[in-house]
Amino acid sequence: MLRLTKQETKKNLKQLGSNVLDQIKHEKNPALDVPIRTLSNVKYDPKSKMITMGEGLAKRYFFNIGHVRKFVQTIEAAAVAKELIDVGKHLSLRETFYRMKRTLPNSNINLVDEQEESNAAIEDLELITDASRELLHINANKLGSVAGKVVIEDKGDTIDWSKLGSGGWAIPSNVEDIIFKKVDAKFVIYLEKAAEWERLHEDRVWEKLNCIIISSQGQATRGIRRLLQRLHMEYKLPVYILVDGDPWGAYIYSVIKYGSISLAHISQELAIPGAKMLGLTAEDVVKYGLQKHLIKFEEVDVKRLEQVKNYDWFKDHKEWQKQFKLWKELNGKVELAALSSKGITFISDKYIPDKIKNKEWLD
Amino acid sequence: MAEKTVSAEQLAQKMREVSVAEFFEKNRHLLGYENPTKSLITIIKEAVDNSLDATNEGGILPDIKVSVKEVGVDRFRIIAEDNGPGVIEEKIPLAFGKLLYGSKFHRLRQSRGTQGIGISGAILYSQLTTGKHAVVTSSTGKEIHSVELLIDVTKNDPLIVSHKEEKNPDKWHGIRIEMEAEGRYIEGKQSVLEFLKQTAVANPYAKIIYDGPSGKTTFDRVVNELPIQPKEIKPHPYGVELGILRRMLANTQARNMVGFLTTEFSRVGRSSAEQMLQLAKLDNKKPKDIVHDEAERLHKAIQMVKLVSPPTDCLSPMGEKIIEEGMKKEVEAEFFVAVTRPPAVYRGNPFQIEVGLAYGGKLPADSGAQLYRFANRVPLLYHQSDCATHEATVDTDWRRYGFSQSSGQLPQGPLVILIHFASVYVPYTSEGKQAIADYPEIIKEMKLALQEAGRQLSIYVRQKNKRKEAQLRRDLFERYIPELAESLEKLTDEKKEKIIEGLEKIVKKGVKTDETGNKKEPEAAGK
Repeated sequence: MLRLTKQETKKNLKQLGSNVLDQIKHEKNPALDVPIRTLSNVKYDPKSKMITMGEGLAKRYFFNIGHVRKFVQTIEAAAVAKELIDVGKHLSLRETFYRMKRTLPNSNINLVDEQEESNAAIEDLELITDASRELLHINANKLGSVAGKVVIEDKGDTIDWSKLGSGGWAIPSNVEDIIFKKVDAKFVIYLEKAAEWERLHEDRVWEKLNCIIISSQGQATRGIRRLLQRLHMEYKLPVYILVDGDPWGAYIYSVIKYGSISLAHISQELAIPGAKMLGLTAEDVVKYGLQKHLIKFEEVDVKRLEQVKNYDWFKDHKEWQKQFKLWKELNGKVELAALSSKGITFISDKYIPDKIKNKEWLD
Repeated sequence: MAEKTVSAEQLAQKMREVSVAEFFEKNRHLLGYENPTKSLITIIKEAVDNSLDATNEGGILPDIKVSVKEVGVDRFRIIAEDNGPGVIEEKIPLAFGKLLYGSKFHRLRQSRGTQGIGISGAILYSQLTTGKHAVVTSSTGKEIHSVELLIDVTKNDPLIVSHKEEKNPDKWHGIRIEMEAEGRYIEGKQSVLEFLKQTAVANPYAKIIYDGPSGKTTFDRVVNELPIQPKEIKPHPYGVELGILRRMLANTQARNMVGFLTTEFSRVGRSSAEQMLQLAKLDNKKPKDIVHDEAERLHKAIQMVKLVSPPTDCLSPMGEKIIEEGMKKEVEAEFFVAVTRPPAVYRGNPFQIEVGLAYGGKLPADSGAQLYRFANRVPLLYHQSDCATHEATVDTDWRRYGFSQSSGQLPQGPLVILIHFASVYVPYTSEGKQAIADYPEIIKEMKLALQEAGRQLSIYVRQKNKRKEAQLRRDLFERYIPELAESLEKLTDEKKEKIIEGLEKIVKKGVKTDETGNKKEPEAAGK
């Protein structure tokens, strides 16, 4: 996706509106071409090691009982975005939902009933206008923390990531305009769980190992992924990933590395093909004697395992197929937190340093 | 032990013949008199059946009057009158005062009554519960005879209490029966009124005036033609049981076996008869000389010879038009369809299935379909779930025709299903004559008729649903049009009113259906 200017973004939004107007003038059933955001329309490109979006377009008609609601939601999302750009303000996804929500006359139908609907309309709008959410002046919630010997400038404020107490710096949804003033680190550690980030922060791992530690809570947001990518691309820092040992963790890893299915159109801006997974691997379970901490797989876990195993980017990957096979045999998952059974600071003092030193990772 | 022993001789002294009347007095449930509510319906049914049969045979458009009035606690006076040909003076006591006496038992022809039990059974029940005699008034157009009679139960013979003869200046003809009986009067699904209503559906050429405890109801005549008189037929050999075959052999006038087989049965020619005898290893001897073993061999041989199906002019179906007329008259629905199947055969008996469906209108949409069951135009109100009609309806997949249906249940929806079984011999599951036995051939024909009618109905239902859907769709778009206009105005600065105008134009012009279809976009998956 190209980085559009503010003017281009506005132009594209207006273009969307006037296209619909033209169709109405010509007495045609107004239709939008919406790129399809499902697994069927994404491809894994082994060369670039990225998930890319296919050419698949779906026609979304106004005069179609199955489409009409989404059609109007998309146009309304565009109207909200144009208004935001005009007045130079930003709204959160939640606020945008309320901005779009209204009740249709003579009915009890709301234009949007749940935030999921407005979120989907915004994602569609990004694809139609080629403008990312940030360019449309819509922000996601801040999520995740970062710490390390890094100084940045954000909206004129200078922030030192090593001097932010116990909480660290909260990562905003838009990290595009952040300027790195000083980056003193050899690599980046990403953690799936905020609790483990706090463990590493308390143990001052970023200082001891001279690195940056970043966490999310569950799936990494766009802001976190973009921040990871910028550090990786602009400062050539290796990115090491720590997730729970289960199929869900494997997918979180693959999203950071190859891109995601629903945001395949912006993989270029988000994916980090060089990212490596430190753990938890199936071998760790044996090596560190974590068998007794296995949480038995439920049916959904087994199903997810089969699904993830067959994704194109894992399908022909020998080492990962071996992982999935071992997990299946273990028939249970292990959380990062389980490492504390080996010692309070085991993860910081032993697990991570050993892994990196011995280059014990999955690529 | 010894003092209680009874010798065979002593036992023999106690043995005596039981009369039919005595048997039914003890087993009245077999005739439909098991409870007061049903008993009242049965009396009316027997009287109305007789009246319809008599007027049909006499070629007279029936005018039937039925009156039911409460005369005491659980006691009713019932009067039924018709304009049929009447019964001649000498036969009145026997026809009404003796069980198993009648014109219908010994022939094979489609009629309502068959056994000669019905009306005398009603009189027996009346006498049993009230001790009173019945009054039968009849005229063939000459003088009017009024006979007060009772039934001598031990002898199964009529007891005449009085006999009056009156002049008949108006040349009235017909029969009027008056009796008192124990009963209970209700209204609803199994009631006198429902019985008469369904009778009116199946016999729209009859006018029935009913004067009941809660007022008068008239079921008008809407068809002015009587159904075609069915012909009498000889039995078809496939359906003859061994015992009947032996009786026929004993009673026949034929002098040899070939003569017997060709004259006493339908569809048996000379060569078929000879083939049967050959297979049974029998000579062409006198039928009276056939012994039991030989009869058994013959009975088996008959089934092995290929014969043409029995003639079907003994059947008198209602016909599709009459079924529709009958239903239109008594069922408040919006769509009617009827199907008459070609005749078929079960166990050598020809029969014919007809189905009528009434849909929509004021019929309740949220309850199960109603099943109207008829055997030779007589409504069947009881034992629905034991009846072949019920089995066939439940086994039919109504979901194909746009109705919801749980397995083993009637379909749901605003629907009346009428099934008519017409035959020279109706295989009832019991003497009460309320349910048809489930011979596979009968079930098969019923299902074929239901399916054909269901297909025709589904065309109508689908069109109706389509219209309804189109309306819903229009309503839906009408709601979203101002919303789209509002959003577009914000986005493009074009005036809202102008956008609405443009969209309304498209609505008026109509949109290609393939673009408005129900197809959903694929949902986004994963994150």
